[in-house]
Amino acid sequence: MSTSDPGGPVRPRVRIQDRPVAPPVAAPPAAANGGRPEVARAAVFDIRDMSVDYGTKRALDWTTMKIYRNLVTAVIGPSGCGKSTFIRSLNRMNDSVPGFSLGGQVLYHGHDVYARATNRVEVRRRIGMVFQKPNPFPKSIYDNVAWAPRNLGLKADLDARVERALRSAALWDEVKDRLKVSALSLSGGQQQRLCIARAVAVEPDVLLLDEPASALDPIATASIEELMHKLKHRYTIVIVTHNMQQAARVADRTAFFSLDAQERVGTLIEYDDTDTIFSRPADSRTRDYVTGQFG
Amino acid sequence: MSTDQPSETAGFDPTGPLTPSGNLRRRLAVSRLIRGLATLSAVIAVIALGLVVYVVIARGAPALSLDFLIKDPPPSGPGGGIRSAIIGTALIVAVGAVLATPLGVLTAIYLVEFARPNSLSGRALRMALDLMQGLPSVVIGLFVFGLLVKPEKADSGFAGSVALAIIMLPLIARSSQEVLMLVPRTLRDAADALGVNRWRAILTVILPTALSGILTGTILAVARAAGETAPLLIVDGIFTNQLTFQMFGHAVPNIPVSIFTAAEAADPTGFTRAWGEALVLLAGILIANIGARLFLARQRARMGL
Repeated sequence: MSTSDPGGPVRPRVRIQDRPVAPPVAAPPAAANGGRPEVARAAVFDIRDMSVDYGTKRALDWTTMKIYRNLVTAVIGPSGCGKSTFIRSLNRMNDSVPGFSLGGQVLYHGHDVYARATNRVEVRRRIGMVFQKPNPFPKSIYDNVAWAPRNLGLKADLDARVERALRSAALWDEVKDRLKVSALSLSGGQQQRLCIARAVAVEPDVLLLDEPASALDPIATASIEELMHKLKHRYTIVIVTHNMQQAARVADRTAFFSLDAQERVGTLIEYDDTDTIFSRPADSRTRDYVTGQFG
Repeated sequence: MSTDQPSETAGFDPTGPLTPSGNLRRRLAVSRLIRGLATLSAVIAVIALGLVVYVVIARGAPALSLDFLIKDPPPSGPGGGIRSAIIGTALIVAVGAVLATPLGVLTAIYLVEFARPNSLSGRALRMALDLMQGLPSVVIGLFVFGLLVKPEKADSGFAGSVALAIIMLPLIARSSQEVLMLVPRTLRDAADALGVNRWRAILTVILPTALSGILTGTILAVARAAGETAPLLIVDGIFTNQLTFQMFGHAVPNIPVSIFTAAEAADPTGFTRAWGEALVLLAGILIANIGARLFLARQRARMGL
């Protein structure tokens, strides 16, 4: 798992710390708190020196950042900059990729996600994921949402659980009269909200969304974004998007990844409050990207 | 129009009529030829199948009667019905399928879901299955004879089932593997991301999605095995025609061997009877096939595919 990159450990690994971050646990902007007094947020993920290789190809370079509870954290950047690699490493979805190896540490509530004793099924039980393309099971709408609870032994009051999940994904009113209908008959936007309902049905702690709206039309996208605002009261959300406006609309914190100029390796350039990233970025590369000069 | 500058596309006149010109004419001719050959081959294949079915029906139909289907043959000698052989074949093939299907499907699941892609074990297993598919059935018959019949010193219907299972296993495993590989990766990702064990996902998502293909492959394997004669001649014996449900230590009569003996018998009606039995075998396979497809159509409709 450790890297063989000789220059690795001595490289300046934390670019974001070039610039002093405000309080020890960077507080979100007041607006995200709904005007309530700022409180120090607990970090859900504490990512230390994470690097990812696929075989001999390095996909993501030393990344250190914390992801905070009940915030929406957006991951933006140009194609191939390791956004998806980053988010899929948080719940070990990359384990099945041939040649995948991870350096550094991903701590989730203090527990090493990649420790020997860690079971990846248990990891994913707590850290759910929604993918770029809607991928409902070829089953009924009801069975899609009920599938994971059934298999995890959460069978008590299944109907109520399914309704709750569909309501929190803002899909209930559209499908309540046809729960037995195949999920494949839904529109793309509805299918994606069904996938979100399916993920929240097991009541995870974190929701990872890998470009959840990129295959959807603007109206469906808007409804997914609205959903993010609702869901963050219950869940910690990390969303990958290549749509900067989307990041600006939904995220409290934003991480900008880009390709390292020399080695063409995905690198975390800057991580800060969304407002800061979009209005006063510290790094010129971030400024170029968010103002559309690049990418 | 004439052009002032030479150009790559010089040689055609953009304003000319839109009929083939230049080498397009030749390319069209080649295209038509290939299309004709492909169509012809398809027609020949259908004609071959049609001829076999036609001859079996034409020759076999005169032998058919209700008595032929529901009466047993006399204990020795020709004539009578083939009820015992029909039931015997159904029994031997069913037991063989019960043995081979779980093994075959689980082997396919191992190959697709658990073996690492391009791992040594996976490649070795695939090659072993391919070799197994090519094993002559008479060799399988001898193998099972040595394994099950010789130690017991008695022909056995069960040994016949085992031989047929060995024939079916690689067919079921390989066809199931192909179908399982067609199940989209995204469904596995979805199941994984929900924190459910892979086995539960296989059982409740992946297998149901692939069910139609697995069933089709299994039916084809059963159809292939139902007509196998050589191994049954060796391990199941040709000297019985009486109905029995004793699979162990008893020869069980069956259609392929019965066709063989009828065709070889010193009895002028033997050939007609052989055709009749061939027709029954063919019809049985066809009915199983159609039945499976109807079942599948219902399943698919339920899943909204």
